[in-house]
Amino acid sequence: MTLLEVNNLQTSYGAVNVLAGVSFSVEPGETYALVGESGSGKTTVIRAIAGLAPAQEGSVKFDGQEIRGLSERAMRPLRKDIAMMFQDPVGSLSPRLTIGSLITEPYRIQGMKDRDLGAEAKRLLEMVNLPVHFADRYPYQLSGGQARRVGVARALALEPKLILADEPTAGLDVSVQGELLNLMNDLREKLGLAMVIITHNLNVVRHVADRMGIMYLGRLVEEGTTEAIFSEPRNPYTRCLLSANPEPDPDARLDRIALKGEPPSLLKRPEGCEFRERCPFAKDFCIQTPSWDFTNNRGIRCLAPLS
Amino acid sequence: MTETLLEIDHLSVDYETARGNLQALRDITFNVKKGEIVGIVGESGCGKSTLISSILRLTAPNTRFRQGEVRFKGSNLLQLSERNMRDLRGDDISIVFQDPMQTHNPVLSIGRQMVDIQHRSKASKSEKLSKAAHMLGAVGIPDPEARLKQFPHEFSGGMRQRIAIAMALMSEPDLLIADEPTTALDATLEVQIIERLQKLQQEFHCAILFISHHLGVIAELCDRVVVMYAGAVVESGDVREIFHNPKHPYTRRLIDCDPGHIKERARVLPTIPGEVPDLANLPGGCIFRDRCDQALPQCAVDVPPLEQLTAGHQAACWLNQEEVHA
Repeated sequence: MTLLEVNNLQTSYGAVNVLAGVSFSVEPGETYALVGESGSGKTTVIRAIAGLAPAQEGSVKFDGQEIRGLSERAMRPLRKDIAMMFQDPVGSLSPRLTIGSLITEPYRIQGMKDRDLGAEAKRLLEMVNLPVHFADRYPYQLSGGQARRVGVARALALEPKLILADEPTAGLDVSVQGELLNLMNDLREKLGLAMVIITHNLNVVRHVADRMGIMYLGRLVEEGTTEAIFSEPRNPYTRCLLSANPEPDPDARLDRIALKGEPPSLLKRPEGCEFRERCPFAKDFCIQTPSWDFTNNRGIRCLAPLS
Repeated sequence: MTETLLEIDHLSVDYETARGNLQALRDITFNVKKGEIVGIVGESGCGKSTLISSILRLTAPNTRFRQGEVRFKGSNLLQLSERNMRDLRGDDISIVFQDPMQTHNPVLSIGRQMVDIQHRSKASKSEKLSKAAHMLGAVGIPDPEARLKQFPHEFSGGMRQRIAIAMALMSEPDLLIADEPTTALDATLEVQIIERLQKLQQEFHCAILFISHHLGVIAELCDRVVVMYAGAVVESGDVREIFHNPKHPYTRRLIDCDPGHIKERARVLPTIPGEVPDLANLPGGCIFRDRCDQALPQCAVDVPPLEQLTAGHQAACWLNQEEVHA
């Protein structure tokens, strides 16, 4: 059974329409990446799934159960199954708690009194390859990479079925980034986790995601398996994003497609295709509104797709 | 031969801490020629920030300059009076900081800030305003006159970083220091900023010292690269040499780790196991030895010197001994 099914999810803050209908699904054990520029609504999507951001319309089904708009109390038992990894690794850890109490906090919140918290802390630290004596440390004593691992440990504490990870590698050095991704890949295999990962680093997506969705102005504009998207991007926006990836090679032949300007304001969405004004491949008929076309596991929203 | 603009000559900088002397920079030597773009690559804790603050002499109170010189157009900045140093900052040497969201004063309009920054100029206010508008246009902000009246929160992150660049270039400096200017931005904006910097560099002929841990950006933008590890230069040279023919195991491993290099989906990504040594309690010998898979017995005993391998390529590694003496 599909683990997570998001259908036509919409979020507005006053007049600002942040999510204009987002739909995707995640199977058990699968990793799905959401990619897009700053302000495209990626973070709002996963916060809305976790009930941390409002969603006025649409549906979020987890394990077949509708969870959109659940009260905090009704949501609490589900937090065992849906864990979140926040973007700022140090900022997401309370500075006044030790690492040991931070990673065992989920047990206390869920009222699991029978657990031996000391033993659980040890097990979790070992799982994310941190020394056991870190249980007595405070967040300020950790490096960025170590704080991320604590974030992973905490997300894994309750053995969730789904992890929502917001920019899990942002701000990490390349050598540490690899370690974290390996750890996540490893745990995913061992524990059969499903993940939704948000990132703007396309180099990372290729190595962790099974499928990916590209977001623009609060909508998905393309979706498919990671291989398919990388080898044959069909939406011009996806193509621009992929080509904006600086290669670690001074002689790399760059047939870069320049992305003009900045994303338009959400307060006055452009008419027709919303990417039209920045699109190097725009045609006259792009003034019409493209619809979401989904065939053969490949979704695209574009009137003039590339072939 | 092009004139040398900035010379870092055997610079060693310590921080006095409760745990003892932290040797943040050790024997750093490299130079930047006029109009050249030099990249400094290194991971957290390699001393990039200490290096920048040493050049600008904006160091923390517990900083001690142990040895060496920072020469800018021939004069040693470490000996300059505070007054002369202040004249230099922002005029001859400018900087663009990492976080565009915190660079600007939130309660003053962009125009006001861009006029204020011209405080040394004798021009009238309207001339300063039109120069500000011109610079905004040069960094690709549409409708610059109108936008001068706006406040920082009315601009996106990418725009704010471009405004920071515009402000840094206002005084037509000889050297622009860019401290991870694209780290806080996403890939498409990153590319916009690099392309903009390249264009401005050709227009203003300033040298750029570009600090980043993003190898892709360094490869694309820089003429020469300095690789730092744990407070020391381990390798430096022409950008092609560094990326195609790295001569220090750290550089090699760093390039291997970049997932941009690996085109096929990998189950296990390469990493560099181990951690950066404690700079307050340095081990003897080569600093990378504990994490190096090619370490020789000699590496535990002596610190390898930065040696010239070819005309445009230096590395500090005992493995290159044969090449050096061949």
